[in-house]
Amino acid sequence: MLDETAVDDGPYLLLRGITKQFPGCLANDRVDLTVARNEIHALLGENGAGKSTLVKIIYGVMQPDAGEIVWRGEGVTMQSPAHARRLGIGMVFQHFSLFESLTVAENVALGMNDAKDRANLRERIVEISQKYGLPLSPDQTVHDLSVGERQRIEIVRCLLQNPRLLIMDEPTSVLTPQEVEKLFETLRRLASEGCSILYISHKLEEIRALCDTATIMRLGRVVAHCVPSERSAKELAELMIAAQLDPPSRSRRILAQGARPRLAVENLSQKSPHPFGTDLREVGFAVSPGEILGVAGIAGNGQTELMDALSGEVLADAPETITLDGVAVGRMGPQERRNLGGCFVPEERNGHGAVGAMTLSENAFLTGGARRSLTRFGFINHARTIDFAREIIHRFDVRTTGPKAQARALSGGNLQKFLVGREVMQSRAALVVNQPTWGVDAGAAAAIYRALADLAEKGAAIVIISQDLDEIFLVCDRVAVIAGGRLSRPIPVKEATIEQIGLVMGGAAAKDLGGATAREHA
Amino acid sequence: MIFFLTSFFVSVMASSTPLLLAATGELVTERAGVLNLGVEGMMLVGAVTGFVVGHLTGSTTLGLVAAIAGGAALSAIFAFLTLTLLSNQTAAGLALTIFGRGFSSLLGAGYVGIKGPEPLKLAAPGLSKIPFFGPVLFGQDALVYASFLILAAVAWFLYRTHAGLALRAVGDSHDAAHAIGYPVNAIRFSATMFGGAMAGLAGGYMSLVYSPMWAENMTAGRGWIALALVVFATWRPAWLLGGAYLFGAIMYLSLYVQGVGVPIPSPFISALPYLVTVVVLAVISRDRRRIRLNQPACLGRPFYAGA
Amino acid sequence: MRFEPRGKVSILWTYASPVLAIALTILGTGVVFWALGQAPGPAVYTFLVAPLVQAGGLSALAVKAAPLIMMGAGLALCYRASVWNIGAEGQFTVGAIFAGGFALAFPDLPGALLYPGTIAAGVIGGAAMAAIVAFLRTELNVNEILSSLMLTYVAQYVLIYLVTGPWKDPKGFGFPQTAMFSDGATTPIVIEGTGVHLGCVVAPLAAIAIWALMSKSVLGFQLRVVGQAPRAARFAGFSERRLIWVALLASGGLAGLAGMFEVTGPIGQLTTDLSPGYGFTAVIVAFLGRLHPIGAIFAGLLLALSYLGGDAAQIDLGLPNAVTGIFQGILLFFLLACDILILFRIRLARPRAKAIGAAE
Repeated sequence: MLDETAVDDGPYLLLRGITKQFPGCLANDRVDLTVARNEIHALLGENGAGKSTLVKIIYGVMQPDAGEIVWRGEGVTMQSPAHARRLGIGMVFQHFSLFESLTVAENVALGMNDAKDRANLRERIVEISQKYGLPLSPDQTVHDLSVGERQRIEIVRCLLQNPRLLIMDEPTSVLTPQEVEKLFETLRRLASEGCSILYISHKLEEIRALCDTATIMRLGRVVAHCVPSERSAKELAELMIAAQLDPPSRSRRILAQGARPRLAVENLSQKSPHPFGTDLREVGFAVSPGEILGVAGIAGNGQTELMDALSGEVLADAPETITLDGVAVGRMGPQERRNLGGCFVPEERNGHGAVGAMTLSENAFLTGGARRSLTRFGFINHARTIDFAREIIHRFDVRTTGPKAQARALSGGNLQKFLVGREVMQSRAALVVNQPTWGVDAGAAAAIYRALADLAEKGAAIVIISQDLDEIFLVCDRVAVIAGGRLSRPIPVKEATIEQIGLVMGGAAAKDLGGATAREHA
Repeated sequence: MIFFLTSFFVSVMASSTPLLLAATGELVTERAGVLNLGVEGMMLVGAVTGFVVGHLTGSTTLGLVAAIAGGAALSAIFAFLTLTLLSNQTAAGLALTIFGRGFSSLLGAGYVGIKGPEPLKLAAPGLSKIPFFGPVLFGQDALVYASFLILAAVAWFLYRTHAGLALRAVGDSHDAAHAIGYPVNAIRFSATMFGGAMAGLAGGYMSLVYSPMWAENMTAGRGWIALALVVFATWRPAWLLGGAYLFGAIMYLSLYVQGVGVPIPSPFISALPYLVTVVVLAVISRDRRRIRLNQPACLGRPFYAGA
Repeated sequence: MRFEPRGKVSILWTYASPVLAIALTILGTGVVFWALGQAPGPAVYTFLVAPLVQAGGLSALAVKAAPLIMMGAGLALCYRASVWNIGAEGQFTVGAIFAGGFALAFPDLPGALLYPGTIAAGVIGGAAMAAIVAFLRTELNVNEILSSLMLTYVAQYVLIYLVTGPWKDPKGFGFPQTAMFSDGATTPIVIEGTGVHLGCVVAPLAAIAIWALMSKSVLGFQLRVVGQAPRAARFAGFSERRLIWVALLASGGLAGLAGMFEVTGPIGQLTTDLSPGYGFTAVIVAFLGRLHPIGAIFAGLLLALSYLGGDAAQIDLGLPNAVTGIFQGILLFFLLACDILILFRIRLARPRAKAIGAAE
């Protein structure tokens, strides 16, 4: 498939001194990178390390301020993604460039600028997708496909143009463990056939399993090169953060046996209000005082709908479907559930959990207005609101200029700390958080886990909805899997294995799914 | 009876044509993700420039060309404001309408009540004498036929060409289109100017062929009705035809009924097209799922490449 | 030329942008006058300055500004909630109809009942009109821009029907107008010898009240949240539907009130021609005032001036008073254009990336 008449025998890609400045942030600082032929090369680093910027430069999405790119022995300026594709570089972005209302074939066609390439497209899609173990049907509309299937479109789109280098940006955050294995097989095959892979990730175990070499970045600079399989995950992580890592301790919480659950859900079925959403089906679980329950699942399996149902943004059909401390709250709105001690942190910080253009103090008022008595006769008590915001900032170590700072000026980690802190400081009964550490740096993540653990110590019930299995295994007492809108029976984390969870996530062990009632897991 | 039906159909087709033209243009604009509320302003500018040029040159054709240019020029201002300067599309569209009304009043001030140039007819001799089908199918103005051709061309463009696919993609997700390397703003600019050209043509048709004369605010809200038509058609060209003709019929009927002398007070009949628009919008919009499935996902959202 | 994001909102340009826009508009208007065969300098003077300095100019300004300020402040509240009410003109008309209808129906009621009743009727009329828009939006998902606009046309026809039909003044020589309203239903003049009436005082007071509501009250906070982040509003438990109704009823009621003052004050009766487009100009007032109710006061004064200027241009320069519409349209264009400077700064083209090469 790939022609072997190379320009020279040297590395495919050589970057020297790449530098890129954004207002207020030096994203890439004199970065050097070499990708050899037949190599799977990892680009490793925390969020904000500069990996995405670097690959956007390689792919021609933006121009570097300084530095040079040498492709197959010749210096080039990547003028555009189309140019990069013509040279033989393909890229699968972390956030797919897909068009929901169009078909697979149309989506692939859009990635190909040359009319010649678009000839016999549908047959070629079927051929390539089957050859590399990524089956696709050309006439399906994208919005009907799962996330894993959508990624296949992205990959096939690249493969159809015979790349020599395939860049993959955080490809596995949306896959089940089994799908990850299949992807790795595909990537190894491609590399052996002459298409090198530049693999961006922060998942250390995967990199150790898959990649030949690794370049590690931190704060815009290259800090190390290594062979990942020769290092432990802990060593790699320390290189990434340049600090000694203390694994956060899981203190043993004595969970009161037989205590009434603080948060219980029974037979929750709900049609999704979103056009391409997932309906919830007979979801049930109960969380005891002091317990942290993890809901594992890949995005798009009903997590958003579950969060909406728990927070009260979408009302249940019957009041008893959801109970807080024994009170039937299914038909109550968010304010009433808050008054009964429920607290919620949604997945999206900007625009959902907080209003980006408003100040931290106004955002503190957003959910804390009633419980912290911040109003008087229908008017906002500004002084008390600012004090509340200041307290949150102080207690949760939020790095910001103060309560009057705009929410969107904060970094992801700091805003998340503020939002979690806002809820933790109001929580009495239960706290539900969706993707607690998505897009958050390691330091802030540790702070958030500590805050949640402290809250559990005080006897609240906590539910963590997360795509990150490592996180769930680290923090939670029990774990249930959400797949296709159904929730499996929660089992203690100690008894669960990653394979088992992965199978359930992929929908394989159907008998483990199905209506679980609160009564079954006291 | 045949005579009545014939003249009825002929008149409805003429009445529907400006709606169809303007709505076709706006449909292309909206499929690319741009919500241009200034259709009324662009139609008025097209009407006045068309009439003035037509009157000064004595040629309807030149007038129509000027009308197209006028509408396109105004839409270029809108495109510059919203695509380059990232202005709020609602406010910019309203600015277009307010400016268009003022500009057309100003330019047309000296031309009220003046007779325009000879209107353009494309009557096939002989064929147009066949009862009913003759005048309806062959005796119309050239623009009536053109409106069908343009609609068909737009449908073919959107669904059968790569460029049309790219335009639909830009309306679906401008970030994804940009990431792949499509020039989002250039595509949107072109789509907007096509919409402006069509709105201008629709206005020119009204002042040069349909009325044919210039009067202040002569489009009387047709631009807004064209916007409603695009929603009514759920952004699909085939449905646009039906919608335009439905409204064209209602607008014509309201004029006809007033002329005939029916015991309903004239203002109520004049208000009918606008009321029907509201009712039709209500019927179509209440199916939220359908709207969300068909509405271009990026409609009205500003696009910044560096985001 | 490129636009580079500042990374934050520039406070300087938030206030400087309207000023720059006004300056550019004056230049633009000068160009328009020149194109119409007038000497630009004197023409602009006639348009913008003369109406202020001549006798009675300031009181004429106050009278013209009253409805603009009242409606502009209401629309500012509405737009902050991202509810795009474009039908203020129709709500103005229906408010005038209700107020006028009440005044005509009960001309002899004691003053203490008649005048407040007329006020109430005006507010109810405007609010009722807006309620239709609210209902269509919340229950039937109809875009409020299109519905409010369509209803404006309908309202105008209802007015025409009433004024040429059942409410026509039998002693009016067949003109399309109603009888003049009785004294008890006439808006009192507050400054002797001028046309400055009660509405001119109520308008800025209403704007201040709206400002207090928006910035200090819980309801105002909820409206702002729903306008900026509807999902956050739902998350906080604010009822989006209730807030849409509030926004529309408030702006509609204020527009109706403006109609009531106009019709019981300067006009004194119902005619077919109640407004030279105040409702649409009020949209510009809202934007020019940065969607801030206090800003609406200043913006209202400027746009009122443009109306006076248009009349002056017609009388003194022989130009059609469509120049008012041109001025207003150009103003909104320039305002929108200058607003980009709030979030972006202008940069000339960047040099391409340099290769480091031999230095290593």
